[in-house]
Formats: sequence, structure tokens, C-alpha cells
Amino acid sequence: MKRSPGRIAGFALKHLLKKPATIAYPAAKLEIEPHYRGKIQYNADDCIGCNLCVRDCPASAISIVNVGTKEEKKFECHLNLGHCIFCAQCVDSCRKGCLSFTPNIELADMSREALKVKL
Amino acid sequence: MSKITIPIGPQHPSLKEPGCFTITLEGEKVVNAVVGVGYNHRGLEKACEARTYIQDLYIIERVCGICSHTHSTAFCQAVEELAGVEIPRRAAYIRVIMAELERMHSHLLWLGVAAHEIGFDTLFMYSWRDREKVLDILAELGGNRVNYGINTLGGVRRDLEPQMADEIRAMLDIVEEQNKYYIQLALSETTLAARLSGIGKLSHEDALRLGAVGPVSRASNVDTDIRVIDKYAAYDEVPVTAITDDHCDVFGRAVVRVLEIMESIKMIRWSLDNLPDGELTAKMPRRIPEGEVFSRTEAPRGEDTHYVRANGTDKPDRVRVRAASEANWHSVKHMLEGDYLADVPIIIAAIDPCYSCTDRSIVLRSAAGERVWDWAALRRYGIEHYKKQGFDASKIKIAERKIIR
Amino acid sequence: MLLALFHILIFPGMLFLGAYALVFSFIDRKLYARLQNRRGPRWYQPLADFLKLLGKETIIPEHADKRVFVFLPVMALAAVTAAYLYIPIWSSTSLYPFEGDLIVLLYLLTLPTLCFFLAGWYSTSVYATIGAVRALTQLFSYEVPLFMALLAPALLADSWSLSGMTAYYSTHPLYLLINIPAFLVAVIACQGKLERVPFDLPEAETELAGGTFVEYSGRLYAIFRMAIDCELVVVASLISAVFLPFYPAGAWAGFGVYILKTLVILFILALLRSIMARVRIEQMVAFCWKYLTPLALIQIIANLLLKGVLA
Repeated sequence: MKRSPGRIAGFALKHLLKKPATIAYPAAKLEIEPHYRGKIQYNADDCIGCNLCVRDCPASAISIVNVGTKEEKKFECHLNLGHCIFCAQCVDSCRKGCLSFTPNIELADMSREALKVKL
Repeated sequence: MSKITIPIGPQHPSLKEPGCFTITLEGEKVVNAVVGVGYNHRGLEKACEARTYIQDLYIIERVCGICSHTHSTAFCQAVEELAGVEIPRRAAYIRVIMAELERMHSHLLWLGVAAHEIGFDTLFMYSWRDREKVLDILAELGGNRVNYGINTLGGVRRDLEPQMADEIRAMLDIVEEQNKYYIQLALSETTLAARLSGIGKLSHEDALRLGAVGPVSRASNVDTDIRVIDKYAAYDEVPVTAITDDHCDVFGRAVVRVLEIMESIKMIRWSLDNLPDGELTAKMPRRIPEGEVFSRTEAPRGEDTHYVRANGTDKPDRVRVRAASEANWHSVKHMLEGDYLADVPIIIAAIDPCYSCTDRSIVLRSAAGERVWDWAALRRYGIEHYKKQGFDASKIKIAERKIIR
Repeated sequence: MLLALFHILIFPGMLFLGAYALVFSFIDRKLYARLQNRRGPRWYQPLADFLKLLGKETIIPEHADKRVFVFLPVMALAAVTAAYLYIPIWSSTSLYPFEGDLIVLLYLLTLPTLCFFLAGWYSTSVYATIGAVRALTQLFSYEVPLFMALLAPALLADSWSLSGMTAYYSTHPLYLLINIPAFLVAVIACQGKLERVPFDLPEAETELAGGTFVEYSGRLYAIFRMAIDCELVVVASLISAVFLPFYPAGAWAGFGVYILKTLVILFILALLRSIMARVRIEQMVAFCWKYLTPLALIQIIANLLLKGVLA
């Protein structure tokens, strides 16, 4: 093939007046697929407190605590977003389907304490 | 002119991760190069021993940020073989599709990095723009841009819906057209050819002698491709052609990579057309029976091998990972010598190095020969080593390590 | 006296040149980004960068010669600013025209490169030293074709001053077409002078981590950056004055045309830097001596012959 310098010129000039491919984040919003593994969601009604999610969590980020009495159980899910690696293994491990993930990825905060959330 | 020694790294704009290359120069010519890696030891293998197999999966996936799928595939394969589980065909096909999409995005990334190293930022921006399309598809398929998390022990976690297949096909058409342009550009642009050809020479014999893997060896006409010589997942059915080239230099490596993208596009199309129906996962036991397995996959950077030894519990006894870059370091020193300083970054980049993947093992050599040290001895050695450098680590308290046996 | 001071400090001297350099640098970066399908910086980004650098701590290396280290950026900026005073902007004559101002201009434009070399050399860092050696090696390669390309039109016009050349070409505008090869040589060679891709070897971010300027920080680096930005304006103005000497009547119209001309040159320079890879130093030297210098030489011979024919 014949070689010459500056072969990309035409290609680059074609894009001069086209819309940029980059997004001015955070001014413009990112498009996140609904399948994206973001922050998890918890539905306490179905939870039986089996702790399978806690056992399988690779980052020890999730914990399920019983805030009710021994007879009248009421569960709460605590998640440390600073530890969570968003693998969603807990969602797979849950037999009752009370955990699910959402495409929420904007979770940054200024303090470590604020990253410990109750779901 | 007298010789000067300059350090490239551990912090240097051309290196995206820490590694130190001590280059001795005569004028602008490299007369000696010392490769120093080991700045990023993360203790991943040790961490795997303290966690269950299912938890290890996510650690293994984070060995490398770019070829995460190939690592988790190799690990899953090893554990599945130990447990005697055959994964469903559909899962095997989805693994192949993910692996090839990963190869595409990794090679497009490499093209951009290589272009940036030689100051060609326009090509860098365009190839990364197209890589973004592949990443979007990967995010949709797996749920994340780089750590897809699609593999699980005994199969895959997510199905490939028919409408996703259409989206993948549409993306492939765009990327294929772009990639054809990049191939044409690589072959016809004078400054690219001037900067890439003839540097980082690695002859066929040297590639074999130094144990180079992946595109580095294939550019030296060594016909090694694990997908061909040791078929895994669904590669026994998907038609694979190993791309080889006889340029034996950085230009050859670039050609091998851009042609491999074309090959991957072909393979993904074939797999989508012939995707079998069926289950996604096979039942896996939590406790893995005793035994040891050596498994390998073809990462975008070359051969990736995993060794897993099980002891009958739900935690592995030993996990050993050898990423592709680890095999390629040996050839870097050989390639650097005799070239110009200006070529050092691109020669290092040409093996597509992954420093963190490599920094995993410790081998202690002394006059008494190689020794095996236990945890306490290793810590004593570490404290003494840092004391010499003026840092006392003995006051740092660490938890007593429980040995799982 | 007061008027001269106004010319030096405010217009077209330091203040205007500085402001225009920031605008120039913004347009350059924006074009570069848009050619790469990116968004590019906002309009105040070059100014923000400059102010930020001014506010940063200035670190002088222990082994560096302190006085020279501080003096060099100022010297580079001063040389560039002085050069700008001899370029015609809104009318066909510059503020202080004299026979031979083209030569003085070229001399003043060589000073920044020498400052870059000395800056690298006095930094006593290996990266800076290699960058400095490259800067000097490069200087000997691009300077010859650049000088020859700029002097060829002067030969034809039989005048060594920019005003004289303008006067000649405004009566014979068609002769400008003869100078097209020289124009191409000048535009390519000045990529080397301005240390831009494909000839940005002294800086070479991915190889030398910033090369000659690796030890500069804070205020001193801000002055250096400003000198480089100003140099871009001055070189673009010089090329437009030599190869596109069109000056309509009236100061405002002339000024508008000047802005337009320099922007066209800037567009060519931005395009050139975005479509090529950085070459190696020996490739750069070979290219300059094998292609650029002979081309400039042919131009000079052609112009001499033409002059003989015309005379």
C-alpha cells in the first residue's frame, strides 16, 4: 500500500463539525442501562434472615440484623457502600428474592460514615 | 558521549501502572535495560485461600481490570473440573461471546495506548471512542463496564436475550467498519510505520526461547493460541483462526491485534447465530473435593494459567495465577536493548503490560539457595528490609493469620 | 517616549499579545479536541491554567544555577514580546520598521529555543538534559529550512524588511503564488520551532515526562507556558505577514484581516499537529535535511532565476 503522512486528516476533518462523542458529565446525565449493577435494593417483607447473602459477600459489605423480637422477627439490611464491590452475588444468593440491584451508580459522599446505609 | 542511566518509572507518564525500567543510554541508544516490577503486590492469591470459592470468583475477576473475564473463566474452569461438573452449552457459548467482546475492547484499548505513546493522540481518541461502544454492550450484558461478573461456578449468571443479540450485531457492524479504517491507516500512515516498524525486534527463535505468549509471540510467527491448541468453553465448535505475522516487531504486534479484532467480530457473529438453547448453570457443590487442576485460557494479552488445589472444604488450599504479562516480561529486556530512548515507551506498551496482574509472587534467592518461608519468617524479613530503608514497620499490629488446612 | 511605552506594555505589546495568546491557545486546544471528536476546554481554560500556575509553589532544584534558572523564562518571554513589535499588524508597516527587520525577527525567535535548551541544561535532571539536547539538535534541523523559506520571498521582493516586502507584493500579488512551496516548508518547520507534534521531541510527554521543563513549576513555568503561547501567535503572525501580506485601508479593517489570517494559519497548525505521530529525533533530522531544506533551496533558486528574468 502506498504510504503518506497525515492520512487521518480527512477522517478528522469530517468530525470537526460533528457532535462530540464525549459527555459533559456531571452537567449532562449519563445513560445507564437498566441492567447495570448499581446499589442493591432490599425488600424486608420476604426476608427470613438466612444470612446466605452475608456469607457469600466477598467484601463483607452487607449485614442483616433482626431488630424485632425472637418471635416477631423484623429484619434490616445494612450496606457499607465503601466496601461493596457491586458484584451482586447477594442478589444471586438470596433464595427468597428480596434483594435486587438498581442502576443507581451516583453514590459518592464526603464522609465514610455516610457510606454506611440502611436499605 | 558518556553513558547515563535514567529511570523510567515507577512514576512516569508513559506507564499507566508502577514499574521501573532502569535504562542505560549512550546518546539516545539503549545499551542496557533492567526491568523492575513488584510495586503493586496485592496478596490476591493469599486472600483467595481465606475465602470461599464463590467469594474467590470476585477476587480473581479483579486480578486484571481489562481481562477480568478470562481470569474468572480460567478459575471457574478449574473449580468445575475439580467438582466434576460440565457446564451447559449455552453457558459455554455466552462465555465465548464475552471473551471475544473483551478481546475487542482490550485490543482497541491497546491501539489507543500505543498511539498515545508515540504522540498520535488523534488515533488514541478515536480508538477509545469506538472501544466505548464495546464497553456499553459489555455493561448491558454483564452489568458492569470492566468487571462483568457474568461467570459463576457452573455456568453464567445472566442470559443473552434476543434483543441484546441484535444490539450486539449493530455494534459489531459499526466497530467492524471503524476497525477496517484503522487497519488501512496502520498500513498507509507514514509516521505510524516509521515509529512502529523495525523496533522491539523479537525473532522467532527468541520468542520461543524467552517464552513469549499472545500477540507478542504470534507477531514473531509462533503459532500459539490456547483457543486453538487447547480448546476450552465453546471453542471446540466456534471456528477459530490464530492470526500470525512475520514482522517480528512492534508493527507486527499492532497488525496481529487489529486483525484479531476482525477475527473476534467474526466469531461473535457465528456464536450469536448458533447459540444453543438450554440452562445457564449446572448445580455446583459448595465443598469441592480434594485434588488439583491446572487450567488455561487465551487472554487478550496471551496465555493465562490458573492452578487451583482443593482440600475438600469450601475454601481452596492454593490458588496460583500467572497472567500473560508475567510471561512476557522476559522478552522486554531483550527487545529494549539496541533501540532508541524514544522507542522505550512504545516497546514496553507493545506487550500490553499489566503490572498489577504480574505482581503476585515472591521468590527469595540467597546464597543458601531458594527457601520456603512461613508467614512469620516472611514478616520478619519484611520488617528488616524496611528498617534498612529507614522505616520501622514492627510496631504495626496485624491480625494473627489462621492457617486453613 | 510615553507612546513607545504604551506600545511595549499594552498594545500591541505584552498585554495584547498575552491576551491574544490565551485566545489562540484556547482555539488551538478547541480545534484539536474537535478534530478528535471531543468537546474541548471552555473559553477561560487557558487563563485558568495560567492563573493556577501563578498561584502554585515555585520549586528550584538544589543543583540548578538559581539566577539562570529564574532568568531564562523571563528572557524567553521578553524575546518573543520584542519580536512581536516588529511585525505589521493593522497596516502594511510595523511600528518600528527598518531595513533588515526580518533578520532581527528571526534572531529574536531563535532566542526562546535557546532559552529552552539552557533551561533544560541548567535543571540538572536527566530528563531535562536529554530534552535540552534534543531541543538543540532539533534547532539545527528546522532552523535552516525555516530561514530559507522566509528569506526566499524577501529575495524576490529585493527587500529585507517586512514593510518593503509588503509594498512589493501588493503591487505584484500574483508572485505570491510562486512562494507556495516556501509557505509549506515554513508551516512544517515552525511545528519544530513551536515544539508541537510531530516535532515535539524536547517535551515528549510519554518519553521524557515534559523534557526541558520537567523541573519548572509555579510562576516560572507559567511564564514559560506564556512564552510558548505567545511564540505561537508571533510565528503565525510572521508567516501571515510574509506569505499573506494583504492589508486593506483603515486600521480596524486591517486589524480584522490580521486576526483572520492568523486564525487560518492556526487552523493549519492545529490540523498538522493532530494528524501525525511524533517522529524520532534522527527521523526528524533526516526529514528536515532530506526534504525540507532541498525544497527551500529550490524555492530560493527559483526566486533568484525569476528575479533575473524579471530584471
